[in-house]
Amino acid sequence: MAAPLTLLLIVAVTIRAVLFRSSLAELIAERVEVVSPITAWKRVVEGLALLDLGVSPYAGDVFHETPLIIYLFHFVVDYAEITFMLADVITAVALYMAVKDYNKQVFRKQKFALEADRYPHDCLELIRSPREMYYIPLKVAMFYLLNPFTILSCVAKSTCGLNNAVVAVFILTTIKGNMLLSAIFLCLATYQSIYPLTLCAPAMLYLMQRQYIPVNFRRASFWWFVVQYLFMYLGSLFVLICLSFFLLGSWDYLPSVYGFILSVPDLTPNIGLFWYFFAEMFEHFRLFFLCVFQINVFFYTIPLSIKLKEHPVFLIFMQLAVISIFKSYPTVGDIALYMAFLPVWSHLHRFLRNIFLVSCVLLACSALFPVLWHLWIYAGSANSNFYYAITLLFNVAQILLVSDYFYAFLRREHHLTYGLYLKRKDGSEATLVLK
Amino acid sequence: MAAHRCSYSAVLFILFNLSVFIVVDSHQTTLTNDHHGSVVDNPQTASETVEQTAAQPAVDDRRWEATEVEEEAIPDDASTDTQGTSTPESVVLSSLPKPKDDFQEELVVRPLDSGDIYASFQFRTLWETDFMRGNKVSHYRLFPKSLGQVISKFSVRELHISFTQGYWRTMQWGQPFLPAPPGAELWVWFQDTVTDVDATWKELTNVLSGIFCASLNFIDSTNTVQPSASFKPLGIGNVTDHQFLRYATLPREIVCTENLTPWKKLLPCGSKAGLAVLLKSEKLFHSSFLSQAVHIRPVCQDQQCKTTSWELRQTLNVVFDLHTSGQSKREWSLFKMFSRTLTEACPLASSSKIHIDITDNPEGEQFELSPATPLLSQAVVLGDRRTFSVYDLTQQTTFGAVRSLNLLIRWKSSEGHMLRPLLHAERYVAGYGLQTGEIHTLMYNNHPFRSFPVLLLDSVPWYLRLYIHTLTVTSKGKDNKPSYIHYQPSKDRLRPHLLEMLVQLPPNSVTEITVQFERALLKWTEYTPDPNHGFYVGSSVISSLVPSTVAMDTNSTREQPLFSSFFPCKEESSFFVRVYTEPLLVNLPTPDFSMPYNVICLTCTVVAVGYGSLYNLLTRSFQIEEPSPGLAKRLANIIRKMRGVPLL
Repeated sequence: MAAPLTLLLIVAVTIRAVLFRSSLAELIAERVEVVSPITAWKRVVEGLALLDLGVSPYAGDVFHETPLIIYLFHFVVDYAEITFMLADVITAVALYMAVKDYNKQVFRKQKFALEADRYPHDCLELIRSPREMYYIPLKVAMFYLLNPFTILSCVAKSTCGLNNAVVAVFILTTIKGNMLLSAIFLCLATYQSIYPLTLCAPAMLYLMQRQYIPVNFRRASFWWFVVQYLFMYLGSLFVLICLSFFLLGSWDYLPSVYGFILSVPDLTPNIGLFWYFFAEMFEHFRLFFLCVFQINVFFYTIPLSIKLKEHPVFLIFMQLAVISIFKSYPTVGDIALYMAFLPVWSHLHRFLRNIFLVSCVLLACSALFPVLWHLWIYAGSANSNFYYAITLLFNVAQILLVSDYFYAFLRREHHLTYGLYLKRKDGSEATLVLK
Repeated sequence: MAAHRCSYSAVLFILFNLSVFIVVDSHQTTLTNDHHGSVVDNPQTASETVEQTAAQPAVDDRRWEATEVEEEAIPDDASTDTQGTSTPESVVLSSLPKPKDDFQEELVVRPLDSGDIYASFQFRTLWETDFMRGNKVSHYRLFPKSLGQVISKFSVRELHISFTQGYWRTMQWGQPFLPAPPGAELWVWFQDTVTDVDATWKELTNVLSGIFCASLNFIDSTNTVQPSASFKPLGIGNVTDHQFLRYATLPREIVCTENLTPWKKLLPCGSKAGLAVLLKSEKLFHSSFLSQAVHIRPVCQDQQCKTTSWELRQTLNVVFDLHTSGQSKREWSLFKMFSRTLTEACPLASSSKIHIDITDNPEGEQFELSPATPLLSQAVVLGDRRTFSVYDLTQQTTFGAVRSLNLLIRWKSSEGHMLRPLLHAERYVAGYGLQTGEIHTLMYNNHPFRSFPVLLLDSVPWYLRLYIHTLTVTSKGKDNKPSYIHYQPSKDRLRPHLLEMLVQLPPNSVTEITVQFERALLKWTEYTPDPNHGFYVGSSVISSLVPSTVAMDTNSTREQPLFSSFFPCKEESSFFVRVYTEPLLVNLPTPDFSMPYNVICLTCTVVAVGYGSLYNLLTRSFQIEEPSPGLAKRLANIIRKMRGVPLL
């Protein structure tokens, strides 16, 4: 199993190295779909240049990275390409190992359920075989490393790749059951872009499941666990924030990084929903809609956690997808991270309703982004509405994709409880509906 | 902050060293110049002594006006002073006993080599008073009360405001006496007693906006900067802490009659008498370039600077294009240009003169000047010794028998040799598309063998996000690292970028400065009413001490023509020049302004689709669908029920 992974890594690194050397790299680094004001490499370099000039990088409105990123690239700015390739490799390997471990657990659980005869008898075709699960970890790594979105993001040196690596390591440590490391990496991810905060819930659910702590509000063990985890999480967050303060000696980075993410002052077009909406917003409704849109990202955490409390890894997938759709400055790198999980849910394919349509729309939109951008910005023959329309379509497609997987997952669970071939009262074949 | 001050003082030190070096370096040449100059000076001084008798058998029958007095002993340190530091000697006026206030007016006409005519009006009011005292100044004679109140209310130390229509073409016209960028420019030094400079500045701009009928109220924090080195006080005062300095330009400002009228009203004689009768807007605005300005600064009354007085200098520079005025022959007269002739000086003026630059026309072979004047004057201006014919309007004889003065220049030959200006700059935006771009600034040093440092000031609005790491400075194909960079990055919707650099320009070279920027998409309410016209970026300001070919007049105690005495000169070997580049017009990407409702609806729909589908899956559960009977069957059952027969 290690050999194909090594081969995959070599192929992925080669593709990236070739692209870094080609003239495309400069073009890709300017693409608004690939880099956002937060993650653009150009802005990291600018921040370092400002630091060299003796100006605080947060004195202006160009640099929005966290102080740790500055600190990191202060040393490795000359090896940036290697750093970003390494970040991708780490992400892929972490996801690979995490999914491998997760699959083992899934299989074990399935075995217990089968032994306890908990599944209905007509569900045998829903049971997952080790043979089909064998290549899933490799597919996950492949989906991440060879995804054009990831490649573009890496070649553009978008720091999104680093954030993905942190999140992937967080997932790995969580699945491995290491509470402390999980909290630390979650805190790192939060520190980088706030939104991974919502991954707190699945992480706790998963760790509790592993430690056989029931999710019951009346149990002291539950609360003890929550307090422990939150303490580690908040403690490391506190340490990180203080460390950042001591790195630059000022709190300027707080409004410049987190204020920037939350208040969306930069309306540079991207693939998200925020930019055009807030460019066209009436000034007195701005704050209201800003709150609505930002709450929207965090809003689904609690209902999803309740619904999926038995399946925290799927919850992680859902949360990552929701974040990458509704965050304020999304890039294709964010999408690549949750798309890497799609092979994990390959057993859901028989329940997906419109995967063909959605994948066609996603592909078409990805092709149309540069075309319409060119028409608007360079040719002048289109206007902003064209590009905006494509972002809308792209987001609708993502929403449909995610909700489709969610539907399929719930449906499979339902079948595993009630049997695959359901019958009506009169004995005819039944159709399943949501009510 | 401390680092800034350190580097700032380092710059001063460098400037200081440079100037010393230049002085030493040019000692040989200036010596010979001086020698030559003294030879020339001798007949002047001689002529001065016999001017009263008017019976001088001069070289020709022209007289030299008594503008150049014997060299006086200059304090040694005066020559080593730099432009940056102001000393009490900076502007010292003649030590003659004077009334408390004094008004002078002056018109300089210079035929330009491009065939255009440059006319520069200067009106100076001096008033020995103290606006900053506790008791209010209430009695105004020559000084305009509106400005006096502004000075005392806002604790202004220096105020410089200019309104300019058109762009001064340095390469064709040479250096102007008073440079000004297109649009409106305002820079103010406040007294160090002002606590909240920003609030005072805001209030001041609004008041000035009313006084000059201009859109100065559009000056806010997004176009105001505090230059660290480029704008030093021109009057006395040794405060150089730039936190009391505010500088703003409005490159889009259109200058027209409504700005000229209030400007004329500030003059003691209004436009009723004196040179100001020539300022008719229908002619002035039919010109290639028009710049009107007001400069207020404290100056010394005497060399010891025991008493200070306030100087109000109102200047108006205009360039007329002779070719567009329709005549085939090149002929210029006061009447033709201003549609007025002069009949008297302003009765309140202590001096009222017209200077015509005849340096290029010593023998009268280029043009003919009528009526001829016997009075000549020499002045060193902008590093060049110029000769002027002088008409003194306070003398009745100037107006002749017709009691009206209509100066006339009639050209004989059209060839003219252009002395290229030593320092010249231009700027443009490169790149295509609406995403990124690059600002190129070209600075030309036309001096054949001397290099000199220049200070470049760039203030770029926040919506063009500059990337300072892309800054390159190249001269003669080589990297030319600026010895000082002061960069203040922008804050969105709050303050502009400020970039100040000290660059050494090698002799006879072009220095190119490029910096990349990114164009921001603004909120739809932040665009101007004509968004696709583009957004203006104010001129770059290039300030420099340019090596002079002749010895500059550092002794400011002598009576000088107004046009040559504005920028205080600290050393003989160089003179101060400020060059403004073209303003830039940059297009930004625009949203569709007709779409706010649609965009809000459509985006909210997408969010609702997301919310709806997740809500659906979260709250509902899977159930087996029990088919409802068909419509026909249901209808039949209803009828059956009414009939009382068993249902189907």
